Amino acid sequence: MSAIRAEHVTVRFGGLVAVNDVSFEVPQGGIVSIIGPNGAGKTTFFNVLTGLYEVTVGRVYVGDRDVTNLAPHRIAGLGVGRTFQNIRLFGLMTAEENVKVAMHPHLRSGVTATVLGTPRQRREEREARETARELLDFVGIGGSFGEYARNLSYGDQRRLEVARALALRPSVLLLDEPTAGMNPRESARFTDFVHRVRVEKDLSVLLIEHDMSVVMRVSERVTVLDRGERIAEGTPEEIRANQRVVEAYLGKAAKGQRT
Amino acid sequence: MGYELSRPEPTPPRRRRIPAHLRWPLGFLIAGLLFFLLHYYATRLGLKPFLDTWLPKSTINEALVWVICALGLNIVVGYAGLLDLGFVAFWAIGGYTAGWLMSGFFHFLNVHFLGAVPTDQPGVHFSFWMVLLAGAALCFVFGVLIGAPTLRLRSDYLALVTLGFGEIIPQVFRNGDNVFGYNISNGDKSITPVDPVRSVAIEANGFSVRNLGPFDELSRYLIFVALAALIIFMSLRLRDGKLGRAWLAIREDEVAASAMGVPLMRTKLAAYGIGAVAGGLGGVAYATHVNGAFAGRFNFSISITLLAMVVLGGMGNVWGVTLGALVIAWVNQTGLRRAGEAFNTQFGTEIDFTSYNFLLFGGVLVLMMLFRREGMLPEARTRLVLREHDKTSVGQDAIEVDELDEQANVEAGERR
Repeated sequence: MSAIRAEHVTVRFGGLVAVNDVSFEVPQGGIVSIIGPNGAGKTTFFNVLTGLYEVTVGRVYVGDRDVTNLAPHRIAGLGVGRTFQNIRLFGLMTAEENVKVAMHPHLRSGVTATVLGTPRQRREEREARETARELLDFVGIGGSFGEYARNLSYGDQRRLEVARALALRPSVLLLDEPTAGMNPRESARFTDFVHRVRVEKDLSVLLIEHDMSVVMRVSERVTVLDRGERIAEGTPEEIRANQRVVEAYLGKAAKGQRT
Repeated sequence: MGYELSRPEPTPPRRRRIPAHLRWPLGFLIAGLLFFLLHYYATRLGLKPFLDTWLPKSTINEALVWVICALGLNIVVGYAGLLDLGFVAFWAIGGYTAGWLMSGFFHFLNVHFLGAVPTDQPGVHFSFWMVLLAGAALCFVFGVLIGAPTLRLRSDYLALVTLGFGEIIPQVFRNGDNVFGYNISNGDKSITPVDPVRSVAIEANGFSVRNLGPFDELSRYLIFVALAALIIFMSLRLRDGKLGRAWLAIREDEVAASAMGVPLMRTKLAAYGIGAVAGGLGGVAYATHVNGAFAGRFNFSISITLLAMVVLGGMGNVWGVTLGALVIAWVNQTGLRRAGEAFNTQFGTEIDFTSYNFLLFGGVLVLMMLFRREGMLPEARTRLVLREHDKTSVGQDAIEVDELDEQANVEAGERR
C-alpha cells in the first residue's frame, strides 16, 4: 500500500496549467524525491497533496483514504506533516508552542475543560509539553524550547519546522527543499537525519530537493517534473542516466552543483 | 547542522504555590476588594470628598463594564488577530437581553422566574444571574451567526463587514418598535426601567440580601468586579490551552496553521463567539448600571473606543487591556472633567475641557503610535515585533542582535 498517492492530478489556475496529469505515489516507509527545474510545479504539487490548493482533475489518497480537496487541517489530521520552502514558523511563539500547535488534531480538551482546568485537560497539556520537548530534543534544539521561533538561527528554524511537522504524528512527512541554504556538510548530516526520522518515527518521506547530492544519497525513488508534467520516474541511478532528465534539468544545473 | 541529542536537560521550572493562571485573577480580585474597602471606609478615613470627586462609584462601575467588553474584544483582535470594528453589536444584544428578560416591556406576558419583582407585575422577570447566562448565550449565537459568513474574509475586508454589522444591529434595535406590527425594542423610547438586581447589598453596618437600588453602587461594583475577574480568568486559561495556541498561530500565519491541523473557520468562530460572550455579559451588566437598554447609546464610537482600549492598553495582554479600559473609561467619564475643573480653578480660566475630549484622545493616540506603539502593557511577543526596526519575516536570515534579543530571552525565561 502507498502512504500517499496522486492519480492523474491536474491543477489549473485560470488558463495556466501548473500541474498536468501527474500520477505519483510514495510507498509505505519509502523515501521519494521530486526534482525539477524552477517553476516545474513541485511546490504546487506539494500544496495539492496538503490541501492548500484545489485539485482541478484527479484524486489524492492518504493510505487508502480519498482526501481530494479536503481542507488542509483535515489532511494534516490524517497524518500528513509538511515543512515549507520559505520557512513558515509562528515567529512570535516559542519553539515549544510551535510544536504544540501541530498537536491540535490530537488534543481532546474543549473550551469548558480548558477554562475549568479539569485534571484531564491538565494531564493532556503536561503530556503535550513533554512530547514537544522530546520532539525538540529529537531534532537537536531541545535547549531552545522557550525561544521565540523568529529568534532562532536559520538552521534551527529548519529543524523546528521538522519538529512541528512531526507533532502531527504523520505517516508521511513532506519536506519542501529542506536543505536550501545549507552547506554540503550540513546537507550530508541532514540526509542522515532523514533516514533516522524514517526509521524512528516509522513514516514515509517525500522531498522536494534541488541539491542533487542529497537527492542521490537519500531517495529510493525519484520523480522528475518539468513544466507541470512528470517526465521521468525511477531509482536515482535510472534518473541520472535518463536523457530527458539530463536535458531538462541536470545538464544545465550539474555545472553549478556542488558534488 | 547536527541533529544529535547533545543539549543539556533544561532545568525544571521553579515550583510555585499559586498556579500562574490563578495568580492574576486573584490579584485583580484583591485589588478590587481593596478598592471596595477604600470606598466603604471612605468617610472614616476622611477620603470621601476626594473619592467622590475623582473616583465616583458610578464611573468605576461603568469602567468595569468597559473592561469586560474590551477583554472580549481582546480575544478577537488581540488573540486571534481578527480586526473587529463592530463590537458594539454584542454590547447592544446583551443590553437588550436584559431589557427583554427583566423588565415590564412585554406587558402582555407574565413570566416570573426567581425575578426581583412581585409576581403580579406584568412582563418577563428573570433573575439577573439567569439573564447574564441568557445574554452570554444569545451573544454567542449571534457571534457565530455573524461570524460564519464574515470570517471567510481577511483583514481589511473583515474589518469593513464587522463595521457593517456593528451599525446594523443597533439600527435594528433603534427601529425595532414596529417590525411587521410587533414592537421588539421600543425604538428610541428604549426599554427602561429594568428590574433591580437581587444580590448581596452592602449596608453601612453589614450586609443583607435584597434588591439593589440605584444607590447601591458599591454592591453592584462587587458584581462587576467579579464578572471582570471571571473574564480575565477565562482569557488567561484559554490563552494557555489548545485554543489559545491555535488563535496565536492563526494570527501569525493562517496557511501554516491550517497545514498543522488547525481548523481555521472553527477556531476563528470560537474567538468570535467567546469574545461575544464577554460583550453580552458586559451588555447585561451595563443595562443594570444605567437601568435600561437605550438604543441611542449603542453607536460606532463604542466600537472604536473599545478598540482604542485594546490597542493602547497592549493588544493581546489581558493586563494591558484591563488597564487601558480602566484609564480610558475613567478619563472619558470623570478624569478629564475633574482635571479641567481643577485647572480652571487654579488658573482662573474657563476652558471647557470635556469638549476637547476627542482632540486629546486623538493626540494621545498619535503620541502612542509614535513612541509606544505596543501599548501601555504589551504582550511580550508584540513588543518584540513592534520594537524591531526592520520587520523581517521569519526565515529571512538572523535578526540583528541587539539588546532586543536579550530582552526577548529574559521574557522567554519569565514565561517558563
